[in-house]
Amino acid sequence: MLFFIGKRIFQSLPTLVAVSLLSFLLIRLIPGDPVLLMLGERGGSPQAVAELRSKLGLDQPLYSQYFTFIGNALRGDLGLSITSKTSVWSEFVERFPATVELSLVALIWAVVVGIPLGIWAAIKRRQWIDHALMSISLVGYSMPIFWWGLMLILIFSVKLGWTPVSGRISALYDVEPWSGFLFVDVWVRGMGWPAWVEVLRHMLLPALVLGTIPVAAIARMTRSSLLEVLREDYVRTAKAKGLSFYKIIFVHALRNALMPVVTVIGLMLGTLLTGAVLTETLFSWPGVGRWMVASVLARDYPVLQGGVLLLSVVISALNIAVDVIYLFLNPRLRGRLR
Amino acid sequence: MKISLLLLTLSFCFPVFAEKTFVYCSEASPSSFNPQMAEDGPTFNASSQMLFNRLAAFEPGGTKVIPGLAERWEVSKDGKIYTFHLRKNVTFHTTDAFTPTRPLNADDVIFSFERALKAEHPFHKVNGGVYPYYVSMNMANQIKQIKKLDDQTVQFILNEPEAPFLANVAMSFAVIHSKEYADQLLRGKTPEKIDTEPVGTGPFVLTRYVKDNMIRYQAHPTYFEGRSKLDKVVFAITPDSSVRFQKLKAGECHLISEPSPQDLKAMGVHPKINLLSQPGANVGYLAFNVEKKPLDKIEVRQAIAHALNRENYLKVVYQGTASLATNPVPPTVWGFAAQTKGPEYKPERAKELLKKIGLDKGFELELWTLPVSRPYNPNGKKMGELMQADLAKVGIRVKLVTYDWPTYLAKMRAGEHQLLQIGWTTDNGDPDNFLGTLLSCAAVTGGSNVARWCDREFDNLVTRARAITDIKVRSSSYVKAQKRFLEKTPWVPIAHATVFRGVAKNVMGYQISPLGTEDFYPIDIK
Repeated sequence: MLFFIGKRIFQSLPTLVAVSLLSFLLIRLIPGDPVLLMLGERGGSPQAVAELRSKLGLDQPLYSQYFTFIGNALRGDLGLSITSKTSVWSEFVERFPATVELSLVALIWAVVVGIPLGIWAAIKRRQWIDHALMSISLVGYSMPIFWWGLMLILIFSVKLGWTPVSGRISALYDVEPWSGFLFVDVWVRGMGWPAWVEVLRHMLLPALVLGTIPVAAIARMTRSSLLEVLREDYVRTAKAKGLSFYKIIFVHALRNALMPVVTVIGLMLGTLLTGAVLTETLFSWPGVGRWMVASVLARDYPVLQGGVLLLSVVISALNIAVDVIYLFLNPRLRGRLR
Repeated sequence: MKISLLLLTLSFCFPVFAEKTFVYCSEASPSSFNPQMAEDGPTFNASSQMLFNRLAAFEPGGTKVIPGLAERWEVSKDGKIYTFHLRKNVTFHTTDAFTPTRPLNADDVIFSFERALKAEHPFHKVNGGVYPYYVSMNMANQIKQIKKLDDQTVQFILNEPEAPFLANVAMSFAVIHSKEYADQLLRGKTPEKIDTEPVGTGPFVLTRYVKDNMIRYQAHPTYFEGRSKLDKVVFAITPDSSVRFQKLKAGECHLISEPSPQDLKAMGVHPKINLLSQPGANVGYLAFNVEKKPLDKIEVRQAIAHALNRENYLKVVYQGTASLATNPVPPTVWGFAAQTKGPEYKPERAKELLKKIGLDKGFELELWTLPVSRPYNPNGKKMGELMQADLAKVGIRVKLVTYDWPTYLAKMRAGEHQLLQIGWTTDNGDPDNFLGTLLSCAAVTGGSNVARWCDREFDNLVTRARAITDIKVRSSSYVKAQKRFLEKTPWVPIAHATVFRGVAKNVMGYQISPLGTEDFYPIDIK
C-alpha cells in the first residue's frame, strides 16, 4: 500500500511541475503590469517604476524568476503578496478552511440528494419520474451559477428575508479564528447555538448553489451506473434466487454501482475546492476562489503562482486519496496490487 | 412547507446586540493600513479616516481646510514657513501590543513625514518603501526641513511658496504615526508591524482584519474630539455592487460604497434606504495630445469641441447622474470660473473651422477609450462610439482604441495617444489640484498633463497663484487661467459626475465627502 501511495506521489510530480510552469507563464501573458497597477492612477516617475520592478524581482529574466520561485517554493517559501505584503502561505491557510467548509457542505448535500435521486431514476427507468428527474438534472447541470445564485438571493434573502445575502456570519459576531471552520469555531469560542445557527443560515444558499452541478452529476452517474449493474449476471442470479427487490438493489447492485460514483465524488471535491470562484465572489465568501480572482485583477503574481501550486498539490493529494479509497472498496484491485 | 418553516424559524434567530455596531459594505480590501503607502480609496477609508488624523482636516461634507491635530497654524509672509501648533493631550490608541506613555508631540509629526521623505530613515524601506502620494506630489523637493520648536510646535520650511500646502497636509496620505510605538517595534525587531498592527490617534481602534472578508474596529475611548457614538464599526468587504445593494436592502449593511448606476432608481424608492447625492469634485474629459498633428492646431481642437454633443453623453453614458462640465475645475471647488461657458454643440461651426485650415476633406484620428468604469466616465466605450459618430458628421474618421488599464496609463503618460478619455477626482479640493496638476508645464514631464500642453500665459497664472496664500487673489488668477484654457482648448471637459451613496434610514449624521473619502466619526444609529 505504501509503495502504491509513494508511486502515485512520484507520478504526480511532473504534473505539479507542469502546472507551476504553466501558471507562471499564463499569468505573465495576461496584459497588465503589476508595477504599474501598484503605482496606480496617480502614477510614479519612471525611476519609481524601475525601482519597484527591481524590488519585486520583476526585472530579472523569466527563467530566472521561475527558478527563484521554484527554489523558494521547495524551501517552503511561496513569497509575499504584492498587494498585502503578507506571506502567500499564511493568506492561503487563512482562506482555505472557508473554501473547504463550503465545499464539504455542498458535497454532502450533493451526495445526500444526488445518490437517492439517481437510484430512484434507475428504479423507475423509462417512467415519467425518470424522465422528469433526468430533465431536472440536465437543467441543474447547465445552470449558469451566477444567475442561479442571484435569483436565490433575490427570492430567499431579499424578498422573503429568510437567509442572509452574503458572508460567512453576521458582521455583528466577532469570531476569533481557531480552526478556521466556523461551525467549529463558534463552539470553541463558546458562542452557542444562536451563532451556530447564524453560520448555518449563511451556509445554506452558497452550499445550495455550489452543490447544484454536483447533485446533477452524481444523480446522472448513479443512475447510469446502477442501470449497468442491474444488467449483470449476478443480479439476474439474485432475482432468480427470489431475493427481494430492495435487497437486490441496496445490498448487491448499489455497492458495485457506487464505484464510479466514488471517483466522480472525489474528482468533484477537487472541482468544488477550486471551482468555487463564482459562488465565493457572489456570496462574498472569504475563500480561496475569491482570493485568486482578486489576485488576477491585481496581477498579484506571487499569490497566483503560489495559490495555483498549492491548489494543484491539494488536488493531486485528493486524487491519490480517491485511488486509495477505491482500493478499499474494490477487493479485486487490492488483489492486483499484490 | 417544512423547509420554509425551518428557514423562517432560523431567520428569527437573528442576533440582538446592545452595542451600536455600524456595518459598512465596502468594495475592496485595503492594500495597507498605512495610508502613506497607498493611493486607493478603500485603503484611505479603512485606515486614514478610521485610525489616524492629519495636521489639518477637511470640513465634513466639504473641501474647506479646518484644524486637525494642529489646532492652529501660521504661514510666513513669503509663504515658505508653516508653523503648526499641536493640540495638547491627543492620545494614541492602546492596543494589545502597545500602551502609550505620552500624548502626541512634535516628534510624532517629524517621524511620520521623515519616514516617507528620507531614504535613510530606519522605517523608510519597511514594507516596500513606496510612498506614491509623496512621490507624485513631489513632497521631497517641496519640503526643505521639518523643525521641532517645542513639544507642541512643529515648523515646515519649504523650498518655494506653496499655497496648497495646507490642503496637502489635510489629505488622506499625510497621517501622523506614533514615534513611541515605532521605537518599541524597532527595539523588538518587528518594524513591519507598524503598518499591519497600526496605532494612530483616530476615532477608532483596529481590532481584527481578515483580508477580503472584514475589518473590525472599536471606538477609541479617549479620542481627542470625544468618543464616537458608535461602539463598533465593521467593514464587510463585498466586491460585487449588486450584492452590496441586496445587503443594504436586507438590512445587513448601513451604508454601501460605490452603488451601481443601474441600482440608483430602485434605491431611491426603497422604504428603508436614503439615496444621498452630492455633486462630485471631479471632471471627465477628452484630452488632445497637442504634440501630435493635426491636434497641434487650435482650429482642429476647437472644431472637435464643437462637433461633440456632450449633452447627449450625459443622457446616454451618465444616465442623467452628472452635470455638464464647462471647464476643468468643478463648481464645487473654490476658484471655479462661473462666468465661462464651455464649447457649444455646433457641427456647422466645426466644419467652418476645419475648412479654414484646409482640412474640410476629412482626416483620421485615433481615440483611446477608457477601459475601466470610473465615476467621471462610467462607460468609456459607449462614449467613444458616440464621439466617433459625432466626429464622423464633420468628416473626422475616428478609430477607437483601448488597452488594459495599467498599459493605458503607462502609454498615456508616455504621450503615445492622440485623443484620450480620462478624468480626475480632486484629493484636496484646491483648484491647483486640477489646473496645476493636470495642465501646468511641469506636469508635462511628470506625465499627468496628458494634453502635453504647455502655455506660458496659463502656466504663469497657475504658478503665481500657488505662491499666494490669499484665497481671493488666488481665485482671480485661477478664473483667468480657466478663460485661457477655454481659448486654447487642450481638452474638452465633458462631465462632473454626481456622487451617490445608499444609506439605511436609521443612520444619522452621515455626509458624503466630495473628495470621495468616508468619515464615520459623526455617525449615530437610531
